[in-house]
Amino acid sequence: MYDIKCDVAVIGGGPAGLAAAVAAKKEGAEKVLIIERDEKLGGILQQCIHPGFGLKLFKEELTGPEYFGRFVKEAKEIGVEALLNSMVLEIGDKEVFCINSKYGVTRITAGAIVLAMGCRERTRANIQIPGTRPAGVYTAGAAQRLMNRQNEMVGKKVVILGSGDIGMIMARRMTLEGAKVVAVIELMDFLAGLTRNRVQCLDDFGIPLMLSHTIVDIKGNDRVEGVVVAEVDANKRPVAGTEQLFECDTLLLSVGLIPENEITRKANIKINPITNGPEVNNFMQTSTPSVFASGNVVHVNDLVDNVSTESAIAGASAAKFAMGKLGGGDEITVTTGNNVRYVCPQKVSPNSDEKVSFYFRVLAPKKGVRITAKDGDNVLYTRKAIKVNPGEIEKVTVDPKGIKSLTVEVTEEA
Amino acid sequence: MEKDIICTVCPTGCTIHVVGDEKSITSIEGFTCPRGKAYGEAEFLAPVRTLTSTALVEGGDSVLVALRSAGPLPKGKIMDCMKEIHALRLTAPVSCGDVLIPNILGTGVDIVATGNVAKL
Ligand SMILES: Cc1cc2nc3c(=O)[nH]c(=O)nc-3n(C[C@H](O)[C@H](O)[C@H](O)COP(=O)(O)OP(=O)(O)OC[C@H]3O[C@@H](n4cnc5c(N)ncnc54)[C@H](O)[C@@H]3O)c2cc1C
Ligand code: SF4
Repeated sequence: MYDIKCDVAVIGGGPAGLAAAVAAKKEGAEKVLIIERDEKLGGILQQCIHPGFGLKLFKEELTGPEYFGRFVKEAKEIGVEALLNSMVLEIGDKEVFCINSKYGVTRITAGAIVLAMGCRERTRANIQIPGTRPAGVYTAGAAQRLMNRQNEMVGKKVVILGSGDIGMIMARRMTLEGAKVVAVIELMDFLAGLTRNRVQCLDDFGIPLMLSHTIVDIKGNDRVEGVVVAEVDANKRPVAGTEQLFECDTLLLSVGLIPENEITRKANIKINPITNGPEVNNFMQTSTPSVFASGNVVHVNDLVDNVSTESAIAGASAAKFAMGKLGGGDEITVTTGNNVRYVCPQKVSPNSDEKVSFYFRVLAPKKGVRITAKDGDNVLYTRKAIKVNPGEIEKVTVDPKGIKSLTVEVTEEA
Repeated sequence: MEKDIICTVCPTGCTIHVVGDEKSITSIEGFTCPRGKAYGEAEFLAPVRTLTSTALVEGGDSVLVALRSAGPLPKGKIMDCMKEIHALRLTAPVSCGDVLIPNILGTGVDIVATGNVAKL
């Protein structure tokens, strides 16, 4: 077996892995190694050629490749190393096992590990659409990779299921490349992605958005020939008699992402049942103290800027841990209050000297609300918000020094 | 002419109601801040968009390079710009920032590479 030793091993070379590796190196870790299964660094952003990245971090609107390009450049300049074409199969306490195209099975021994494996798309099997099994059904991200990295046009007449950002961005992309996008179908009665994407990706090209609808059947034998769309009732069940057939040769599924945590589970690291990612504290440290995690592997982010910020904490903390300098100790579990689906990080140390940002998602869209973080009756943070939406992550920043509990809630303004 | 424009400057997404003709605006309401007002006016009179796409590259470690318009383009010219981009045949290496089409369709805006393709 080929053996490598390093101070901090980072699994995944997307924006999370890159930001964590850069921060670990800057914190003083000597050898920082990114292990990536793809042939290039950049992760999902390599195929996200559209603009919309970096507004928070760089105060300019970059495309995906420009955004990660900046981190790759910095990583190279400060001496972060990368092992590409290497699929990680298993991790131990301070060991990572991967298969590399040149070295075969490789063991990396590290002082600390950062998990940055990102997400995987939910597929047809996850949402169980009935019908035949023809060619022409793609997840939106897979179609995006084929089109934007491999120059493969996936279809000419397209229906998209799911109004997430990836689906809407692909609607525009396919239209620009000459395809006809028949409609975007959304089960919920609200848009899953950002409003901006609806305006610039659907409205601009006259692509209809059908809320409270779903696909009840896929037609075609060798290739998709059409899909049957029906309205759904309040319980999300198709309403009989509302079915209509949409002819198309391609169906794209944009029905959500699931954090990629097979190796995390195998290592017996505690997974949060709501985020489907590892539970972390304010250092982005998992239930195994030497293992840290950040980015989409922890929870699905909509803004890469947040991923980079959170990953810098993970990387710096991992470096400190490897050098025996990470504090910690007692931890409080954050409580999700009214209309809050999850909060990340889930745990926080009340000994922490620095302010901690907590990212959260609401359960239901609401207008005219107040966002509050409190320790019992003691309000630590509060602000009004014109509206909240499950599709958009919210943030509260709290000074955790000496707190005994922490609840994040979203209430209606009187 | 009347239009409901959803402001995309910030996530609040105010609906701005604009009345006017091609050349001037007679009434604008629904915005919450000055940036929204400016967006509503521009979106009504001369909407612009940043265009991103890919172009074919020969002899490189990828077959495509990502590209963008260096600045916003008139919305009405987007499809014609795509025709120009489809006609591109580049040779590696291509570096982020390289100008691929200067002053596309006389708009004063360059098409530039956003990714890197190394020579094989
Ligand atoms: C289509 C799409 C559009 C988006 N649009 C925007 C936008 O407009 N603005 C914005 O701010 N954000 C956007 N995002 C979100 C943003 O891209 C993500 O938040 C960000 O990419 C997450 O970074 P990550 O590093 O966690 O994951 P990823 O980018 O997915 O990187 C994970 C990396 O880990 C590697 N990996 C996984 N498992 C293993 C393993 N076992 N061994 C080795 N390597 C492994 C993968 O190959 C990959 O390179 C978009 C996302 C998508 C998918
Ligand atoms: S008008 Fe102002 S507040 Fe409203 S969406 Fe536009 S920028 Fe945001």
